[in-house]
Amino acid sequence: MTQLALVIDLNVCVGCHACVTSCKEWNTSGPAGFMSDDNPYDKDPTGTFFNRVQTFEVGQYPDTETVHFPKSCLHCEDPPCVPVCPTGASYKREEDGIVLVDYDKCIGCKYCSWACPYGAREIDEHQKVMKKCTLCVDRIYDQSLPESERKPACVLACPTSARLFGDIHDPRSEASIAIREEGGYQLMPEWGTKPANHYLRRRKTRIKIHEDELIRADNPLKKEQRGPSKPVTEPTLDDSTSW
Amino acid sequence: MHPAFSVIFLTTFIGVGQGLFLALFTSESYAAVKLLPLQSHQFYAMGSAVSLIFLGLGLLASFFHLGHPERAWRAAAMWRTSWLSREVIVLPIVMGLVFVYGMSHFYGWELKTFGLKTPVQGDLTLLVGALGTVATFGLFVCTGMIYACIRFLQEWANPLTVINYILLGGASGFVLATALASIMAPALVQFFGVWSIIITALAFVFRLASLIRNAGLRSKSSVQSAIGVSHNKIVQKSPGMMGGSFNTREYFHGAPMWLFRSVKWIFLLLVFPLPIMLISIGMAQASTLLLMLAFVVQYLGLIPERWFFFAQANHPQNIYYQTIG
Repeated sequence: MTQLALVIDLNVCVGCHACVTSCKEWNTSGPAGFMSDDNPYDKDPTGTFFNRVQTFEVGQYPDTETVHFPKSCLHCEDPPCVPVCPTGASYKREEDGIVLVDYDKCIGCKYCSWACPYGAREIDEHQKVMKKCTLCVDRIYDQSLPESERKPACVLACPTSARLFGDIHDPRSEASIAIREEGGYQLMPEWGTKPANHYLRRRKTRIKIHEDELIRADNPLKKEQRGPSKPVTEPTLDDSTSW
Repeated sequence: MHPAFSVIFLTTFIGVGQGLFLALFTSESYAAVKLLPLQSHQFYAMGSAVSLIFLGLGLLASFFHLGHPERAWRAAAMWRTSWLSREVIVLPIVMGLVFVYGMSHFYGWELKTFGLKTPVQGDLTLLVGALGTVATFGLFVCTGMIYACIRFLQEWANPLTVINYILLGGASGFVLATALASIMAPALVQFFGVWSIIITALAFVFRLASLIRNAGLRSKSSVQSAIGVSHNKIVQKSPGMMGGSFNTREYFHGAPMWLFRSVKWIFLLLVFPLPIMLISIGMAQASTLLLMLAFVVQYLGLIPERWFFFAQANHPQNIYYQTIG
């Protein structure tokens, strides 16, 4: 069983919204039709998006941290939005686990959007069908693209490589390794939806250096009973030469 | 959730239609065992027609909820998993059975009309009525389960949701039956009237129970579980857009708090004590006007009741949209 998914590293996301714009650009130009907007350059702009980056402030000033949080469909392994669909327009693909909407079958009743705890689905106000992230299903299998580009648009656009794409059921995929080794977690695990997309926490990388490491108490020369050479006082070649 | 008037009218109208049909058949089955005087076929036929009108109005209202009403027929496909799909199937079945029930009364059909002889008088209408009753309860369960099956809408995910749909629909139907009986079958006014009061009082108890339960609910989700950061103080600075989106329109009722709170008291008054009072006085004075008024008042109360039912449900996705910035 394959389950394609994204792993989003909150540690390196800088909140630039490149994934949002590239997603919109790719998907509004795709064979499934445009994603409509209203008042895009006016007061109260609104429109259909598959992906958004939200910003949260964690902590109390001055000890705060800004967390940029990209949010799109999580392609749950047990998606609550699928069984409620009365027409079968909402479905989860057997072959790769992507949750999709058949725009030709959707009646626009919005019931699936009620049944998604993450608010990942948005109705297109003009086409009157439910839309959501497709994991760029129209590009990841496109044989006319070079293999390195057969990835979702958001993944390719991310300048900090905060988005990893892969099969999370394959233990050797980049995404699986990241989840396993970097502590990947799911959103709202309390509802048992088993989201396929995982997130990686903010983490601090600090080097701990002890003093004896600096003075090299374990200098191997000691074992050979040769003391380290004395500190050099006269100028060295490096000091006197300009390379 | 944002209450959609199409769904408010759908659920309240079909509730009246279903309740009225249940009232008609209850009186007929009482009459079959000679606990009540048997009424003219016209009364049942007329009652069925009124019930059908309400069911039809509900069906009509439901189409306004759809983005693509021309594809509505597709909604019957997923009955194995979707309560909405089941409702889409059961509603026409109920309408069909009410129609056959009304026609059998109107033309005085019996099973012997079709060559089957039974010793029971009015056997066909009793049979169709019994089937209709099962289907009607099935429809109530489908309607209620559409909401009760969404486990993370904690205000809805409870058997009280289904019970309230049955009781509120039943109450409004019985009140309408009382008013109709006062015009066409005066002998049944007391029977329907007392049942209306009992069902309305029961509905009051169970609606109150759900209000009390919901008042004490604690959300299972939090901003911590929503973004997976464990810190007690997390403030949203931006929801990822400048204007609104589907997420900020569909899941918030958008009414000011004073209005939201007063709607609750308005419906508690209009749906329960006022109709009970009007029915009691109406029965005592044998006044069709008061009984009709009781139905109108209760129905006008059911609209804010349903509005409140939707508005009160707090969707966990709202955690992601706490600030507009």
